[in-house]
Amino acid sequence: MSNISNNAGSSFIPPLGGGGASFPGQIHETPGGGIVLSKLDDVINWARSNSLCPLTFATSCCGIEMMSVAAAKYDFSRFGFEVARASPRQADVIIIAGTIVNKMAPVLKRLYDQMADPKYVIAMGACAISGGPFFYNTYSVVKGADHVIPVDVYVAGCPPRPEALLHALISLQEKIKSGLTREQIKEVK
Amino acid sequence: MVEEIGRTEEGNVIINVGPQHPATHGVLHLVITINGETIVKVEPHLGYIHRSIEKMCESLTYRQFIYVTSRMDYLSSHINNHACALCIENGLQVEVPARAQVIRVLMDELTRIASHELWWGAMAMDLGAFTPFFHAFREREAINDIMEETCGARLTLNYIVPGGVMQDIHPNFQQRVKNFIQLYKSKISEYDELVTGNIIFQNRMKGIGYLSPEDAISFGVTGPSARGSGVSCDTRKTYPYEIYSQLEFDEVLETTGDSFARYMVRIREMNQSIRIIEQLIDNIPEGDFQAKTKAVLKLPKGEFMQKVETARGQFGVYIVSEGGTTPYRIKFRSPGFSNLSALDHMARGSKLGDLVAMMGTLDLVIPDIDR
Repeated sequence: MSNISNNAGSSFIPPLGGGGASFPGQIHETPGGGIVLSKLDDVINWARSNSLCPLTFATSCCGIEMMSVAAAKYDFSRFGFEVARASPRQADVIIIAGTIVNKMAPVLKRLYDQMADPKYVIAMGACAISGGPFFYNTYSVVKGADHVIPVDVYVAGCPPRPEALLHALISLQEKIKSGLTREQIKEVK
Repeated sequence: MVEEIGRTEEGNVIINVGPQHPATHGVLHLVITINGETIVKVEPHLGYIHRSIEKMCESLTYRQFIYVTSRMDYLSSHINNHACALCIENGLQVEVPARAQVIRVLMDELTRIASHELWWGAMAMDLGAFTPFFHAFREREAINDIMEETCGARLTLNYIVPGGVMQDIHPNFQQRVKNFIQLYKSKISEYDELVTGNIIFQNRMKGIGYLSPEDAISFGVTGPSARGSGVSCDTRKTYPYEIYSQLEFDEVLETTGDSFARYMVRIREMNQSIRIIEQLIDNIPEGDFQAKTKAVLKLPKGEFMQKVETARGQFGVYIVSEGGTTPYRIKFRSPGFSNLSALDHMARGSKLGDLVAMMGTLDLVIPDIDR
């Protein structure tokens, strides 16, 4: 416990503002400083949630809106999604931006398997949720990416607005902080 | 995928690029045979985003199937919609009001600029420069805002319907377009300063990926990629549709046929689009924005064809009608597919590192190729 308080440092903890970014724990004032009490799990989750590297995985139209989110106007770096990684080995979260078709499904599965734990999945857009506009009368579209890999957060839209994707990313952060993602629940069991 | 990694009988190495690779701009899979660092053969594998759109269209009505075409070449979704609407109007013999025609052309050209902006940012990113991406998106967002206000969507617009456009333009439309033209003109010099005049960039583009005019024609390459080789193929000039025959603009041609020529064509084409917009923005005629059409459209029995110029080249819609409410068969001629077919020819004999630059100048959109 004392380790954490030393690492965190008293200047680091105080009012970090905005609910999302605040450090999990309580400060107990003592003469000449203070002691932080926290759970190791909470601290790890807090750290993980604020530095998520997304994989650049875009199959179709939603990829353009994902690029918009990365560009200057919306800029997801502000929320800790600093750099989009091209390699699944370096990525934490995969944003499935676009339709998954039968030929692509094994590739998506492999990409997911190649990512290091803990890993998170966002299904962006109607196609990744359910097949969307390509639900009826198609012979080649997977009706939802969750048939292939598990999904943590779904974003509706065709394509979703950049704000919607930002909201999904922030939702994912909150989910990680409260230990409610699929990976974390699995660990507890 | 893995089975293909290995060596050929001649001892050349086979490597895979994609389907998940940032430089392929989507999910294109290239199987490349290399001898040392020299490319012997490039084999594109398609189908990773084949969504069976043509088959789907056979079960959608003439009003419905237009929406699916926005998802094909999503960077020129407006122009795809336009082609389908023109084809249906052609079959129904509907007269489109002058106001709708002007709005359509304005939107087409705005889309073309937005598409070229994105291409420019992505192209520079392929070559390792990240900053142009942010510059390009700054201007692109201005166009997206205009689209959002009038069409209700940023990317897949579905604004053009058979007989005209879905709703009238927003009262702010003209002012915002004028603001955009001003913004664009003040920023376009940055593009040249940042990228075009850059000596590293020029060294990586000049003399790379040569495509002769004869080859461009025989591979069916269209659009800016062919115009970089000096092939005159702008559908707006050669087969004018809508009001393009009354407008003043130049068909941009370069003659060197290398990657830099294709790059310059697109940069110069943006200026021509601005020229078209400037001619029209103050001259939008009053009147209806949509012709009166029946609620359920039925095309007469027969075959209908319409081609338009998208940001990537010639896009064709071919409808076979049996007289019912849905098409009997639809075929799309997408520019990306033919442009990609020339990649192997262009890349042979050049270095592996130049392949990305060549692919960038072809401006491929993979869902447009796979459909």
